[in-house]
Amino acid sequence: MSLTAAEPMGEPFIHLAGVQKTYRTRGAGLLAISEATFDVEAGELVSLVGPSGCGKTTLLKILAGLHPYESGKVRIGSPSQPFDPSRDIGMVFQQPLLLKWRRVIDNVLLPAEILGLPMAQSRARARDLLALVGLKGKEELYPYELSGGMQQRAAIARALIHDPKLILMDEPFGALDALTREKMNIELLRIWEEAKKTIVFVTHGITEAVFLGTRVIVLSAGPARMADNFRVELPHPRTLEMKTSEAFGEYARRIYKLLGME
Amino acid sequence: MGGHPQALQRYALAVLSHIGLLVAWYLFVKLGEVPKFVMPSPYETVHALLVPNYRWPENIAVTTVEIFGGYILAVVFGIGAALLFSWFRWLEMAVMPLLVSLNMIPKVALGPLIIVWFKYGIGPNAMMAFAICFFPIVLTTARGLREVEPDLLDLVHTLKGSRWQLFTKIQLPGALPYVFSGMKVAAILAVAGAIVGEFLGSDRGLGYLMLQVQVTLDTAAMFMAVILITLIGVVLYGMVLALEHMLVPRDARIS
Repeated sequence: MSLTAAEPMGEPFIHLAGVQKTYRTRGAGLLAISEATFDVEAGELVSLVGPSGCGKTTLLKILAGLHPYESGKVRIGSPSQPFDPSRDIGMVFQQPLLLKWRRVIDNVLLPAEILGLPMAQSRARARDLLALVGLKGKEELYPYELSGGMQQRAAIARALIHDPKLILMDEPFGALDALTREKMNIELLRIWEEAKKTIVFVTHGITEAVFLGTRVIVLSAGPARMADNFRVELPHPRTLEMKTSEAFGEYARRIYKLLGME
Repeated sequence: MGGHPQALQRYALAVLSHIGLLVAWYLFVKLGEVPKFVMPSPYETVHALLVPNYRWPENIAVTTVEIFGGYILAVVFGIGAALLFSWFRWLEMAVMPLLVSLNMIPKVALGPLIIVWFKYGIGPNAMMAFAICFFPIVLTTARGLREVEPDLLDLVHTLKGSRWQLFTKIQLPGALPYVFSGMKVAAILAVAGAIVGEFLGSDRGLGYLMLQVQVTLDTAAMFMAVILITLIGVVLYGMVLALEHMLVPRDARIS
């Protein structure tokens, strides 16, 4: 199985080759990921799609440097895009996980505080980012005063505060209602285009994966196996009408088929 | 803001129900012609304050010192122990099960022992309050320090944040609502602890006074003592509540 990026241009920003991960439970080894191999170019928004429990999150955490793995290679960064693992990762989780005792702006500033960045500049940047994610005027509110979608917007601003090169998102809109989710998808694409980040987006939503991704990587379940890796040739900016287009349907069917749902 | 008139209404109703109880008490005693030694009227109860022999100010001071002293010690040692547990996992694993077992002891049953070991007085009574307050504080604080969202841990780890940063920015502020929940429970228990201590052995304090006037059937003085003990508890509880309002934003509080 050799799945590489469709058009490798020089050295890719992320390079995974033959990554394997086993969980040990009661002596028995449970293979969580087998042979994950793919590249991500700088500036791409790659959707990682697969059924629940297929190891998507594990793969994301390996990229974040949070999980060890047995074999294979993970390299992030390239000569043109040097990568500092402590400063160049922004994380967004399924839950916003804002700190209840901090105002919105102070939540956004958390990574800057941990990294010891100059506070005055970071504060100004936090205001800009909150405006970028559509939370202008909400800086001084507490998280409980925001809706679920707004909280997740704040969490995205928090992931951007230290200007990381790579944003890892683990089903960030999975806990939102369907309409808010659609809206957040469009917002994310806008933020991605403005902030010019590389994003790896984990989801189990097939249409979400196609709609957002410049590329989709499909993982099949137990153990996570690379099932497909293809470029999504839909124009940008993406619009909701595209979801009903023939091309979109083709991509979605391709994933459904791989996951054995057709 | 928008709920202001509603909040006002709630306060008014709460005050009314308190006044209602006083009126009911008065009417019950007057209309039922209840003898004074069974149940004094509100007026007679307040009147008991005028008996100089009862040395109210001194007794109030003694009981207050016992309650606050034992309580503050329990807060300091309870939170301190919970912090040590969160820093040294092995210590928690060794000591926590022991604390859970010791918590099963009815602390009141330790009273006679405390008297044997430390004689009676303000110190041993404060110790009684301490013994009864310590456990809820240490148990809830330890629990609060343990409950950190795993994803938040990951967030700090990707930024290579230090353990100290994790503690000061996430763990400790996240545990505060639990700390206050334990402190509020303990505030009520502290009063009971100190009074039981005074019942078992003392020569001063409102609990001691109650035993004295029981002999002479001065029920009005007993009523007054109970009211004063309750008020000390209310003041303590109110102070804890005020501190909580200062340190913990509304949504994070555990009621």
